[in-house]
Amino acid sequence: MIAVVGLLLGILAGLLLEPAVPEPLQPYLPIAVVAALDAVFGGLRAFLDGIFDDKVFVVSFVSNVLIAALIVYLGDQLGVGGQLSTGVIVVLGIRIFSNVAAIRRHLFHA
Amino acid sequence: MPEPARSRLARAFVARPGRGQLVVAVLLASLGFAAALQIRLTNTDGDFSGQRRQDLVALLDSLSSATDRTESRIDELEEARDKLLTSSQRRQAALEQGRSELDVLAILSGTVAATGPGITVTVTDPDGSVLAASMLNGIEELRDAGAEAIEVNDQVRVVASTSFTEVADQIVVDDVTLLPPYVIDAIGSPQTLSEAMVFPGGFSDEVEELGGAVSVEQLDVVRVDSLHEVEEPEYSQPTDR
Repeated sequence: MIAVVGLLLGILAGLLLEPAVPEPLQPYLPIAVVAALDAVFGGLRAFLDGIFDDKVFVVSFVSNVLIAALIVYLGDQLGVGGQLSTGVIVVLGIRIFSNVAAIRRHLFHA
Repeated sequence: MPEPARSRLARAFVARPGRGQLVVAVLLASLGFAAALQIRLTNTDGDFSGQRRQDLVALLDSLSSATDRTESRIDELEEARDKLLTSSQRRQAALEQGRSELDVLAILSGTVAATGPGITVTVTDPDGSVLAASMLNGIEELRDAGAEAIEVNDQVRVVASTSFTEVADQIVVDDVTLLPPYVIDAIGSPQTLSEAMVFPGGFSDEVEELGGAVSVEQLDVVRVDSLHEVEEPEYSQPTDR
Protein backbone atom coordinates (compact mmCIF):
# COMPACT_ATOMS: atom_id res chain seq x y z
CA MET A 1 0.00 0.00 0.00
CA ILE A 2 2.60 2.47 1.08
CA ALA A 3 4.70 1.43 -1.95
CA VAL A 4 1.97 2.52 -4.34
CA VAL A 5 1.53 5.76 -2.40
CA GLY A 6 5.29 6.34 -2.72
CA LEU A 7 5.14 5.85 -6.49
CA LEU A 8 2.29 8.32 -6.85
CA LEU A 9 4.06 10.82 -4.59
CA GLY A 10 7.17 10.58 -6.72
CA ILE A 11 5.24 11.17 -9.91
CA LEU A 12 3.45 14.15 -8.38
CA ALA A 13 6.72 15.61 -7.13
CA GLY A 14 8.29 15.23 -10.57
CA LEU A 15 5.33 16.92 -12.22
CA LEU A 16 4.87 19.74 -9.74
CA LEU A 17 8.40 20.67 -8.76
CA GLU A 18 9.79 20.64 -12.31
CA PRO A 19 13.39 20.57 -11.20
CA ALA A 20 16.07 21.08 -13.81
CA VAL A 21 18.05 17.97 -14.69
CA PRO A 22 21.80 18.65 -14.67
CA GLU A 23 23.06 18.81 -18.24
CA PRO A 24 25.63 15.94 -18.02
CA LEU A 25 23.04 13.57 -16.52
CA GLN A 26 20.42 14.14 -19.19
CA PRO A 27 21.40 11.31 -21.57
CA TYR A 28 21.40 8.77 -18.69
CA LEU A 29 18.04 9.58 -17.16
CA PRO A 30 15.88 7.57 -19.60
CA ILE A 31 18.17 4.54 -19.35
CA ALA A 32 18.11 4.79 -15.55
CA VAL A 33 14.32 4.92 -15.57
CA VAL A 34 14.07 1.80 -17.72
CA ALA A 35 16.59 -0.02 -15.53
CA ALA A 36 14.62 0.92 -12.41
CA LEU A 37 11.43 -0.32 -14.07
CA ASP A 38 13.17 -3.64 -14.65
CA ALA A 39 14.15 -3.82 -10.98
CA VAL A 40 10.60 -2.99 -9.89
CA PHE A 41 9.03 -5.68 -12.03
CA GLY A 42 11.68 -8.14 -10.84
CA GLY A 43 10.83 -7.24 -7.26
CA LEU A 44 7.11 -7.67 -7.87
CA ARG A 45 7.74 -11.07 -9.39
CA ALA A 46 9.88 -12.09 -6.41
CA PHE A 47 7.15 -10.89 -4.07
CA LEU A 48 4.59 -13.03 -5.83
CA ASP A 49 7.03 -15.95 -5.78
CA GLY A 50 7.25 -15.47 -2.03
CA ILE A 51 10.98 -14.87 -2.07
CA PHE A 52 10.92 -11.07 -1.84
CA ASP A 53 13.62 -9.52 0.27
CA ASP A 54 13.83 -5.77 0.67
CA LYS A 55 17.64 -5.75 0.88
CA VAL A 56 17.91 -7.66 -2.38
CA PHE A 57 15.41 -5.28 -3.93
CA VAL A 58 17.34 -2.20 -2.87
CA VAL A 59 20.61 -3.59 -4.09
CA SER A 60 19.19 -4.74 -7.42
CA PHE A 61 17.41 -1.42 -7.93
CA VAL A 62 20.47 0.69 -7.26
CA SER A 63 22.89 -1.56 -9.11
CA ASN A 64 20.56 -1.79 -12.11
CA VAL A 65 20.38 1.98 -12.40
CA LEU A 66 24.10 2.47 -11.86
CA ILE A 67 25.20 -0.26 -14.25
CA ALA A 68 22.81 0.92 -16.99
CA ALA A 69 24.08 4.48 -16.63
CA LEU A 70 27.67 3.27 -16.52
CA ILE A 71 27.30 1.22 -19.69
CA VAL A 72 25.82 4.15 -21.54
CA TYR A 73 28.50 6.48 -20.18
CA LEU A 74 31.17 4.04 -21.34
CA GLY A 75 29.47 3.83 -24.73
CA ASP A 76 29.49 7.59 -25.01
CA GLN A 77 33.20 7.68 -24.24
CA LEU A 78 33.85 4.97 -26.83
CA GLY A 79 31.72 6.74 -29.43
CA VAL A 80 29.04 4.04 -29.57
CA GLY A 81 26.69 5.60 -27.00
CA GLY A 82 23.65 5.52 -29.27
CA GLN A 83 24.03 1.86 -30.19
CA LEU A 84 24.91 0.78 -26.67
CA SER A 85 21.93 2.54 -25.11
CA THR A 86 19.73 0.85 -27.69
CA GLY A 87 21.26 -2.49 -26.68
CA VAL A 88 20.65 -1.81 -22.99
CA ILE A 89 17.06 -0.84 -23.66
CA VAL A 90 16.52 -4.03 -25.64
CA VAL A 91 17.96 -6.25 -22.92
CA LEU A 92 16.00 -4.50 -20.16
CA GLY A 93 12.86 -4.67 -22.30
CA ILE A 94 13.22 -8.40 -22.73
CA ARG A 95 13.70 -8.82 -18.96
CA ILE A 96 10.67 -6.66 -18.22
CA PHE A 97 8.57 -8.71 -20.58
CA SER A 98 9.63 -12.03 -19.04
CA ASN A 99 9.04 -10.66 -15.52
CA VAL A 100 5.61 -9.37 -16.50
CA ALA A 101 4.84 -12.78 -18.01
CA ALA A 102 5.70 -14.47 -14.69
CA ILE A 103 3.61 -11.93 -12.76
CA ARG A 104 0.71 -12.55 -15.11
CA ARG A 105 0.99 -16.28 -14.55
CA HIS A 106 0.86 -15.73 -10.80
CA LEU A 107 -2.10 -13.39 -10.81
CA PHE A 108 -4.26 -14.87 -13.53
CA HIS A 109 -2.89 -18.41 -13.67
CA ALA A 110 -2.51 -17.93 -17.40
CA MET B 1 2.89 -24.95 0.26
CA PRO B 2 3.27 -21.18 0.10
CA GLU B 3 0.08 -19.20 0.20
CA PRO B 4 -1.37 -18.17 -3.17
CA ALA B 5 0.24 -15.10 -4.76
CA ARG B 6 -2.96 -13.20 -5.08
CA SER B 7 -3.94 -13.32 -1.46
CA ARG B 8 -0.39 -12.40 -0.41
CA LEU B 9 -0.65 -9.29 -2.62
CA ALA B 10 -4.03 -8.40 -1.13
CA ARG B 11 -2.73 -8.88 2.41
CA ALA B 12 0.31 -6.71 1.70
CA PHE B 13 -2.04 -3.89 0.71
CA VAL B 14 -3.96 -3.89 3.96
CA ALA B 15 -1.17 -4.90 6.33
CA ARG B 16 0.65 -2.42 8.49
CA PRO B 17 3.68 -1.27 6.50
CA GLY B 18 6.95 -2.54 7.78
CA ARG B 19 10.50 -1.37 7.17
CA GLY B 20 10.72 -3.27 3.90
CA GLN B 21 7.66 -1.60 2.45
CA LEU B 22 9.00 1.80 3.44
CA VAL B 23 12.26 1.21 1.56
CA VAL B 24 10.37 0.00 -1.47
CA ALA B 25 8.14 3.07 -1.29
CA VAL B 26 11.14 5.38 -1.25
CA LEU B 27 12.70 3.67 -4.26
CA LEU B 28 9.42 3.68 -6.14
CA ALA B 29 9.00 7.35 -5.35
CA SER B 30 12.40 8.06 -6.84
CA LEU B 31 11.47 6.01 -9.90
CA GLY B 32 8.19 7.89 -10.36
CA PHE B 33 10.00 11.17 -9.87
CA ALA B 34 12.62 10.36 -12.48
CA ALA B 35 10.06 8.98 -14.94
CA ALA B 36 7.83 12.03 -14.66
CA LEU B 37 10.86 14.27 -15.05
CA GLN B 38 12.03 12.43 -18.13
CA ILE B 39 8.58 12.47 -19.72
CA ARG B 40 8.26 16.18 -19.12
CA LEU B 41 11.76 16.73 -20.49
CA THR B 42 10.99 14.71 -23.62
CA ASN B 43 7.73 16.53 -24.23
CA THR B 44 8.98 20.03 -23.64
CA ASP B 45 12.46 19.74 -25.03
CA GLY B 46 12.14 21.54 -28.33
CA ASP B 47 15.82 22.19 -28.62
CA PHE B 48 18.58 19.64 -28.87
CA SER B 49 20.27 20.19 -25.53
CA GLY B 50 19.58 16.64 -24.30
CA GLN B 51 20.86 14.91 -27.39
CA ARG B 52 24.15 13.10 -27.88
CA ARG B 53 26.90 14.79 -29.81
CA GLN B 54 26.97 11.87 -32.26
CA ASP B 55 23.25 12.18 -33.00
CA LEU B 56 23.57 15.92 -33.38
CA VAL B 57 26.43 15.53 -35.84
CA ALA B 58 24.38 13.04 -37.88
CA LEU B 59 21.41 15.40 -37.79
CA LEU B 60 23.59 18.28 -38.91
CA ASP B 61 25.04 16.19 -41.74
CA SER B 62 21.64 15.22 -43.03
CA LEU B 63 20.45 18.80 -42.77
CA SER B 64 23.43 20.19 -44.64
CA SER B 65 23.13 17.57 -47.38
CA ALA B 66 19.45 18.41 -47.67
CA THR B 67 20.44 22.07 -47.94
CA ASP B 68 22.93 21.23 -50.67
CA ARG B 69 20.31 19.31 -52.60
CA THR B 70 17.80 22.12 -52.26
CA GLU B 71 20.32 24.73 -53.29
CA SER B 72 21.31 22.83 -56.40
CA ARG B 73 17.64 22.48 -57.20
CA ILE B 74 17.23 26.24 -56.78
CA ASP B 75 20.16 26.81 -59.13
CA GLU B 76 18.62 24.53 -61.74
CA LEU B 77 15.27 26.24 -61.53
CA GLU B 78 16.81 29.70 -61.72
CA GLU B 79 18.79 28.67 -64.77
CA ALA B 80 15.65 27.36 -66.41
CA ARG B 81 13.82 30.56 -65.53
CA ASP B 82 16.61 32.71 -67.00
CA LYS B 83 16.60 30.61 -70.15
CA LEU B 84 12.86 30.97 -70.54
CA LEU B 85 13.09 34.68 -69.81
CA THR B 86 15.78 35.35 -72.42
CA SER B 87 13.97 33.26 -75.01
CA SER B 88 10.74 35.13 -74.41
CA GLN B 89 12.62 38.44 -74.54
CA ARG B 90 14.24 37.40 -77.80
CA ARG B 91 10.88 36.45 -79.19
CA GLN B 92 9.48 39.80 -78.05
CA ALA B 93 12.33 41.67 -79.73
CA ALA B 94 11.88 39.66 -82.92
CA LEU B 95 8.18 40.41 -82.83
CA GLU B 96 8.81 44.14 -82.43
CA GLN B 97 11.37 44.16 -85.20
CA GLY B 98 8.95 42.26 -87.41
CA ARG B 99 6.21 44.75 -86.66
CA SER B 100 8.35 47.76 -87.51
CA GLU B 101 9.53 46.02 -90.68
CA LEU B 102 5.90 45.35 -91.48
CA ASP B 103 5.13 49.07 -91.11
CA VAL B 104 8.02 50.02 -93.38
CA LEU B 105 7.08 47.47 -96.00
CA ALA B 106 3.38 48.34 -95.82
CA ILE B 107 4.12 52.00 -96.49
CA LEU B 108 6.57 51.15 -99.26
CA SER B 109 4.17 48.76 -100.95
CA GLY B 110 1.25 51.15 -100.47
CA THR B 111 -1.05 48.77 -98.59
CA VAL B 112 -1.70 51.21 -95.74
CA ALA B 113 -2.61 54.87 -95.65
CA ALA B 114 0.25 57.11 -94.54
CA THR B 115 0.50 60.53 -93.01
CA GLY B 116 3.32 62.91 -92.22
CA PRO B 117 4.99 66.15 -93.31
CA GLY B 118 5.41 66.64 -97.04
CA ILE B 119 4.31 68.67 -100.03
CA THR B 120 1.40 68.96 -102.37
CA VAL B 121 2.34 69.66 -106.00
CA THR B 122 -0.40 70.99 -108.23
CA VAL B 123 0.22 70.81 -111.96
CA THR B 124 -2.15 72.80 -114.14
CA ASP B 125 -2.18 71.89 -117.78
CA PRO B 126 -4.57 74.02 -119.86
CA ASP B 127 -3.09 72.80 -123.19
CA GLY B 128 -3.22 69.13 -122.32
CA SER B 129 0.44 68.81 -123.25
CA VAL B 130 1.84 67.46 -120.00
CA LEU B 131 2.09 63.74 -120.65
CA ALA B 132 3.23 60.57 -118.91
CA ALA B 133 6.94 61.12 -119.53
CA SER B 134 6.91 64.53 -117.82
CA MET B 135 4.78 63.22 -115.00
CA LEU B 136 7.15 60.30 -114.50
CA ASN B 137 10.07 62.74 -114.42
CA GLY B 138 8.35 64.63 -111.63
CA ILE B 139 7.68 61.45 -109.69
CA GLU B 140 11.31 60.40 -110.15
CA GLU B 141 12.49 63.75 -108.83
CA LEU B 142 10.30 63.24 -105.75
CA ARG B 143 11.65 59.70 -105.24
CA ASP B 144 15.18 60.99 -105.64
CA ALA B 145 14.48 63.58 -102.93
CA GLY B 146 13.43 60.83 -100.56
CA ALA B 147 9.63 60.82 -100.84
CA GLU B 148 8.34 57.90 -98.81
CA ALA B 149 4.74 57.75 -100.01
CA ILE B 150 3.33 59.35 -103.16
CA GLU B 151 -0.16 59.51 -104.59
CA VAL B 152 -1.62 61.27 -107.61
CA ASN B 153 -4.98 63.03 -107.67
CA ASP B 154 -5.99 61.25 -104.42
CA GLN B 155 -6.66 58.29 -106.70
CA VAL B 156 -3.51 56.31 -107.35
CA ARG B 157 -0.79 55.29 -104.95
CA VAL B 158 2.59 55.40 -106.62
CA VAL B 159 4.68 52.35 -105.74
CA ALA B 160 7.54 50.44 -107.29
CA SER B 161 5.35 48.68 -109.85
CA THR B 162 3.26 51.71 -110.83
CA SER B 163 3.11 52.25 -114.58
CA PHE B 164 2.73 55.58 -116.41
CA THR B 165 1.20 55.29 -119.87
CA GLU B 166 -0.79 57.44 -122.28
CA VAL B 167 -4.08 56.66 -123.89
CA ALA B 168 -5.43 59.24 -126.36
CA ASP B 169 -3.20 62.00 -124.96
CA GLN B 170 -4.35 61.34 -121.45
CA ILE B 171 -2.15 60.09 -118.65
CA VAL B 172 -3.05 56.63 -117.39
CA VAL B 173 -1.46 55.52 -114.14
CA ASP B 174 -2.07 51.91 -113.13
CA ASP B 175 -5.18 51.73 -115.34
CA VAL B 176 -6.59 54.95 -113.85
CA THR B 177 -7.04 57.84 -116.27
CA LEU B 178 -5.94 61.13 -114.73
CA LEU B 179 -7.57 64.44 -115.56
CA PRO B 180 -5.81 67.77 -115.03
CA PRO B 181 -5.08 69.51 -112.81
CA TYR B 182 -2.77 66.85 -111.51
CA VAL B 183 -2.26 66.92 -107.73
CA ILE B 184 0.71 64.97 -106.38
CA ASP B 185 0.87 64.33 -102.61
CA ALA B 186 4.28 63.24 -101.33
CA ILE B 187 5.41 62.50 -97.77
CA GLY B 188 9.01 63.33 -96.96
CA SER B 189 11.11 66.31 -95.93
CA PRO B 190 9.02 69.27 -97.22
CA GLN B 191 12.11 71.41 -97.82
CA THR B 192 13.99 68.79 -99.83
CA LEU B 193 10.92 67.73 -101.81
CA SER B 194 9.96 71.26 -102.82
CA GLU B 195 13.52 72.03 -103.88
CA ALA B 196 13.46 68.91 -106.02
CA MET B 197 10.37 70.29 -107.77
CA VAL B 198 11.56 73.81 -108.52
CA PHE B 199 15.28 73.57 -109.19
CA PRO B 200 16.30 75.24 -112.53
CA GLY B 201 15.83 72.89 -115.47
CA GLY B 202 13.80 70.51 -113.35
CA PHE B 203 10.22 69.41 -113.30
CA SER B 204 8.79 72.90 -112.80
CA ASP B 205 10.65 74.36 -115.77
CA GLU B 206 9.76 71.38 -117.93
CA VAL B 207 6.04 71.81 -117.27
CA GLU B 208 6.21 75.54 -117.85
CA GLU B 209 7.89 74.95 -121.23
CA LEU B 210 4.93 72.75 -122.14
CA GLY B 211 2.52 75.57 -121.24
CA GLY B 212 1.52 74.39 -117.79
CA ALA B 213 2.26 75.64 -114.31
CA VAL B 214 3.52 74.02 -111.10
CA SER B 215 2.70 75.21 -107.59
CA VAL B 216 4.30 73.59 -104.57
CA GLU B 217 2.84 73.79 -101.10
CA GLN B 218 4.82 72.65 -98.06
CA LEU B 219 2.56 71.11 -95.42
CA ASP B 220 3.09 69.80 -91.93
CA VAL B 221 0.55 67.07 -92.47
CA VAL B 222 -0.03 65.34 -95.77
CA ARG B 223 -2.37 62.38 -95.98
CA VAL B 224 -1.83 59.66 -98.53
CA ASP B 225 -5.05 57.70 -98.39
CA SER B 226 -5.26 55.77 -101.64
CA LEU B 227 -4.04 52.22 -101.50
CA HIS B 228 -2.24 49.91 -103.82
CA GLU B 229 -3.31 46.28 -104.01
CA VAL B 230 -0.41 43.88 -103.82
CA GLU B 231 -0.68 40.78 -105.94
CA GLU B 232 0.98 37.53 -105.08
CA PRO B 233 4.09 37.21 -107.26
CA GLU B 234 3.39 34.63 -109.91
CA TYR B 235 6.87 33.91 -111.21
CA SER B 236 9.41 35.19 -108.77
CA GLN B 237 10.26 33.42 -105.59
CA PRO B 238 12.54 34.59 -102.83
CA THR B 239 15.94 32.92 -102.88
CA ASP B 240 17.54 31.72 -99.72
CA ARG B 241 19.49 34.39 -98.04
